[in-house]
Amino acid sequence: MNSRNINLDELGQGESAIIVEILGDDIVASRLMEMGLIEDEPISMVGRAPMGDPTEYAVRGYRISLRKSESNRVLIRKEP
Amino acid sequence: MVHTPQAAKKTRTVALIGNPNTGKSSLFNALCGMNARVGNYPGVTVEQKVGRLTGTSECIEVIDLPGTYSLAARSADEAVAVNVLTGDLPQQAKPEVAIVILDASNVERNLYLFSQIYELGLPVIVVLNMWDRIQSEGLSVDASLLSERLGVPVVCTSANRRHGIDELKRVIQQSLQSQAALPYPEQLARAKFPAEFHDEVKSLSQWLESKGRKSSTYQVDRLLIDSDGHFQKAICQSGLPEIAIRIDEARVRLQKAGCKVPMFETKSRYAWVRSLITGAVVRVESRSASASDRIDRWLTHRWVGMLFFVLIMFLVFQSITLFAKFPQNGIEWLQSQASNVVERVLGPGALRSLIVDGILAGVGGVIVFLPQIAILFFFIAVLEDCGYMARAAFVMDKLMTTVGLSGKSFLPLMSSFACAVPGIMATRTIENRKDRMVTLLIAPLMSCSARLPVYILMVSAFVPATTYAGGWISLQGMVLMFMQSLGALIAIPVAWILKKFFFPGEPATFLMELHSYKWPSMMVIYQRVWERVVAFVMRAGTLIFCTSILVWAAAYFPGDHQSLDESMKTLEELHSARSKWIDKQLPTSSDDARLSIETALSENQAAIDSTIQRVNEQRSALIRSSFLGIAGSWIEPFVKPLGWDWKIGVAVIASFPAREVIIATLGTIYSLGSDQDEMSEGLQDQMKLAEWPDGRPVFSLATALSIMVFFALCAQCSATLMTIRRETNSWRWPVFSFVYMTTLAYIGAWLTYQCFAFWS
Repeated sequence: MNSRNINLDELGQGESAIIVEILGDDIVASRLMEMGLIEDEPISMVGRAPMGDPTEYAVRGYRISLRKSESNRVLIRKEP
Repeated sequence: MVHTPQAAKKTRTVALIGNPNTGKSSLFNALCGMNARVGNYPGVTVEQKVGRLTGTSECIEVIDLPGTYSLAARSADEAVAVNVLTGDLPQQAKPEVAIVILDASNVERNLYLFSQIYELGLPVIVVLNMWDRIQSEGLSVDASLLSERLGVPVVCTSANRRHGIDELKRVIQQSLQSQAALPYPEQLARAKFPAEFHDEVKSLSQWLESKGRKSSTYQVDRLLIDSDGHFQKAICQSGLPEIAIRIDEARVRLQKAGCKVPMFETKSRYAWVRSLITGAVVRVESRSASASDRIDRWLTHRWVGMLFFVLIMFLVFQSITLFAKFPQNGIEWLQSQASNVVERVLGPGALRSLIVDGILAGVGGVIVFLPQIAILFFFIAVLEDCGYMARAAFVMDKLMTTVGLSGKSFLPLMSSFACAVPGIMATRTIENRKDRMVTLLIAPLMSCSARLPVYILMVSAFVPATTYAGGWISLQGMVLMFMQSLGALIAIPVAWILKKFFFPGEPATFLMELHSYKWPSMMVIYQRVWERVVAFVMRAGTLIFCTSILVWAAAYFPGDHQSLDESMKTLEELHSARSKWIDKQLPTSSDDARLSIETALSENQAAIDSTIQRVNEQRSALIRSSFLGIAGSWIEPFVKPLGWDWKIGVAVIASFPAREVIIATLGTIYSLGSDQDEMSEGLQDQMKLAEWPDGRPVFSLATALSIMVFFALCAQCSATLMTIRRETNSWRWPVFSFVYMTTLAYIGAWLTYQCFAFWS
């Protein structure tokens, strides 16, 4: 696996990245994919909730809130 | 609930389906008016909403299906949506047309669900709702191009402004009249699935058919894609467990061939969607979206966001307590006026007692919650419609995960501090069933406003008025605060246990869409409030009616009320004689006459006093001999360890339908008439004088605390239990709540009494 790949929860505020893979084949993974988080899609981090979790992301032109336990299932590649 | 066979011949059925938060319920209301039938689907806790299309001579029924992101059928809601669309739900006609509602500002993600529905073999109409928002979102959507590419009619609407509704009605009628051409298999998104998958579907279909279970292509697709999904469970349970092995083998083969399950499905579908919308949905640079982002930066800011949240909650709950007071007083006034009228028309007796003490008191006691419910749902509707509700869940999520719930549980629990009934109704905003059930079951533990009078009575009578820190902190206030928060503290381990043992499973996902902020629509707010108010009055009201009659009967029978009725009659005659004397007093001028009237008045007063005393003694004797009183002496050995005598036992039993009743019941039992409130000196004094047969006082600090702890934890509210019954569509959960809370209350009260009795 590419060493530049990181988890989505490591993305800082305002940063953008490209989704590489959704890890797992359980409900969480299916839900994430159904919501449009699919490989090669760009995603950016909008902001965190006051207590640090969950986090708001922008993907496919809409906003989605993901908990850390969900966003660390998303492998991303930072845009150069 | 479901239409009769002869009506079915004429009735046409269409189904409305879409993602959550697409304005589906506003569209439903716009199509059907406010006369929807709301119920539950047989056997599941999923709300069924059916309405009749207005403005047409034909009888066209619209089924409002639960909002869902996918037909992958993992939750009860999704399973119902699929089963209705495929006609597999018993007692529910298969819809002839599926109306798929899309959020016009998020066509791409919404078309994912469309791609699945399109494969069910039903004619489809696409509705692009919230059309008024696309401009402010900086989007340009070409509806006719979309219609051409999708091969289905596309209608643009703004349901909350009632725009495009007539056009949609016309298209629905048209689709029902003309047999719409169904898509060719090549047109569907599943045509893009890998060839290996199509082969596996074919062989599994053949195998199922050989076992006598012919399944649609759609069902076989879902069997192979959804690991441990709804269809697989259904087939396994119906006596074909081998299916699981077949599916696992097929998945392994697919995996080896490089076809990743379930990833290939979403990938193929989104690729299909994108090929359809390219050029038809264009994002021009957006301005308002970034304004919404700027608002969001503050409202979800580390400090400002928290402060704003606390302020909003403060405003909501202050309004509930402040504004509800006036209409509540009005309702109570109406209730007392109605009682007066009945008392004037009917003489004392069983019928009058049934109407006044049973029906009017019972039903009035429920209707009194109506203003609170209307106000709470007004705020919920405003916060939901403007987009803040999702942010509130976003802000509170982390805190709520510590007890295994999500941010969405916060508001229902918070509103339960005012009253559990609207709180439980507000759990509908929680989509996850397990979270919703846990929230609903712990909501009655929050200290509602009906517990406060009980605490105030006990605290002011039996907790010493000691103050600390120069009079700033009072012991009474501290005890009051502790009692108010006790339920919430106990709710933490209860939620944890419920989550662990009763609703186990994988942690709930919290994928939540955060819409841009917008101005709330008055129409939507009015509809939401109206819907909830009607539902409350109709359901809880009718059941409460029966409960209050039952409790009244238990307290009234089998005693002989003849002598009490006679005393009551005497009392009323004395009262009317008194008012006659007072009327005469004014025009009379001579001193002699005045003196004689004053003598008569004081004689009358003495007679009234002695009659009241007789009435109260008779009442208390009747209560002792009523079924309730018999139950009281029967339970005395059980309540003695809590430090209670039979009178407290009876008062507590009588307060199971509504906990605040205890004050009136204690008043009756302690021979003071039933017009007692928590601050009445008389009741407090009488309670202080009460003694055990051996001369020890009944009420000590330990007893008062044990009563308060019992009330803090017990499910003494039939309105709450009936609401749980309605919301879960099962008697199991109200019985469960009742048993667990009563057990908790008993243990809590026992521990409290034993500790304090030992200590003091």
